[in-house]
Amino acid sequence: MSRALLTHNLTKRFGATLAVDHVDLEVHEGDLFGFLGPNGSGKTTTLRMILGLVYPTGGSIEVLGKPVPRKVRDVLPRIGTLVEGPGFYPHLSARSNLALFDAAGPGGAKRTRRARIEDALERVGLGSVGRKPFNAFSTGMQQRLGLARTLLRPHELLILDEPTNGLDPQGMRDIRALLEELVAQGTTIVLSSHLLGEVESICTRAAIINRGRLLAQDEIARLLAPTGRVRIVTDDPGEAERVLGASNGFHSVTRDAAGVALELGGASPEELNRRLVTNGVDVRELILERPTLEDVFLQLTNERGARVPG
Amino acid sequence: MFLVELRKLLTRPRTWVTIALLTSLPVIVAVFLKVSGIGPRAGSGPPFLSQVLGNGALFPVAALALILPVFLPIAVSVIAGDAVAGEASAGTLRYLLIRPVGRTRLLFTKLAITTVFVFLAVVVVAAVGYLIGGAFFGIKPLPTVSGRTIAAQDATWRTAVSVIFIAVSMLGVASIALFLSTLTDSGLGAALGAMAALVTSQVLDLLVAAESIRPYLPTHYWLSFVDLFRYPVLWHDVTRGFAIQAVYIAVFLGAAWANFATKDIES
Repeated sequence: MSRALLTHNLTKRFGATLAVDHVDLEVHEGDLFGFLGPNGSGKTTTLRMILGLVYPTGGSIEVLGKPVPRKVRDVLPRIGTLVEGPGFYPHLSARSNLALFDAAGPGGAKRTRRARIEDALERVGLGSVGRKPFNAFSTGMQQRLGLARTLLRPHELLILDEPTNGLDPQGMRDIRALLEELVAQGTTIVLSSHLLGEVESICTRAAIINRGRLLAQDEIARLLAPTGRVRIVTDDPGEAERVLGASNGFHSVTRDAAGVALELGGASPEELNRRLVTNGVDVRELILERPTLEDVFLQLTNERGARVPG
Repeated sequence: MFLVELRKLLTRPRTWVTIALLTSLPVIVAVFLKVSGIGPRAGSGPPFLSQVLGNGALFPVAALALILPVFLPIAVSVIAGDAVAGEASAGTLRYLLIRPVGRTRLLFTKLAITTVFVFLAVVVVAAVGYLIGGAFFGIKPLPTVSGRTIAAQDATWRTAVSVIFIAVSMLGVASIALFLSTLTDSGLGAALGAMAALVTSQVLDLLVAAESIRPYLPTHYWLSFVDLFRYPVLWHDVTRGFAIQAVYIAVFLGAAWANFATKDIES
């Protein structure tokens, strides 16, 4: 599978501070890639290096097959971005702003500009925005306009920093649907977010960074692999506890009114189920406990320096 | 990119407010002269103003001489100081660079746009000056500062060279402000920094103790365009003025480019 984005030993030092410390990111083509980290973790600096805004002090970056920052101007036309909030000219309307940015660089044919602007506004739910200036927009509308700018031209890669910031629940849902639609059409998306639930529900892969270091990078399904803890719901918790307590391999069996919980140890869930049933305990539910992304995130970020996401 | 920036300049209310303010000073002066009928004594006061009562044709250059020492440099400092820093603080700089617009291109477009603004301001002030001068004091053949009258055709090129001389002088200011603009995310800070440099230059220019460096101060030759209205034209200070400004423009533009092209954009 080809890589939309690769960094190797990517490092950025600001004076005495090591903002990004030997980070190896790997985003596959077609990924909806979650990029997570507490405030000040080096997330934004990494994104800025990928876009050629900040120059690395060490390591290498390859975006869509081209080395950055050396060839950044060749790849930027293929990337749509929303980095640290939308920036627009406050006295101009949504349409004038989009027209200015479209005209400022390559690849935006003037002939189709008006239609493309209307289409982009429609897709982010700003079709009826009218002529009021950008500084009269709500935070949510500003954010939507920032997304509309990334949709003016087709892009192979979208880099979106907190795209649902300031949106109401319905707005967030709309934007998530839009992102999934874009991925289905073949766009690769790097999504940086504080909303772990959001990343968990839509992303295919994720990386977690803290204090400039990459702590984890994997498929979401693997990051959220079962913890080895199992919950059994049964009418007879007492009997279940007795059976399991008597057998080898299962640890820390605890009981409550609805059932028992235990560590599988090396055993498989199938084995556990068989053991219970052959010993006359009816199993109503057998649940493999999975961590939430929040659990994984907090565990990783607290292990290596106590910091809480802001 | 140039057209985009031009559109930004022209759609911005600030541009037109600034030009209106620049124009209002000479208009106010003209009203006072007209109402009172009292001009400055010959040889005193702002250049040309003493002769304006007798001939409105001199009012365009008189108007330019009025705004040149303070108003015009302030306006240019504000526009050029805001050029990069203003984009940075509005959060639009990163989106222009990502679009992508090359950093060098962005910087030189900003300079070109400041040049457009300077010419626009100077031409509007001169044109309004001509209309007001004509309406209030009447237009006659242009007398030179040396006393001889000059023909209309001759007057046209002298005025044109004056406009270019003033614009180049202001580009010197713009280069300083643009350099400061690449150093900070505050447009106001950059503008104030450029103004502080100009005030320092103007103070030193009055100081006998600073005699040795006076000819190299950026403001020293600003009013030398007056020499274009002598007969024959005194080219010495005009050419020195052009040369000094060329050096300031090259140095500060070079510094602005060196800084901006290699800078981490964190705004």
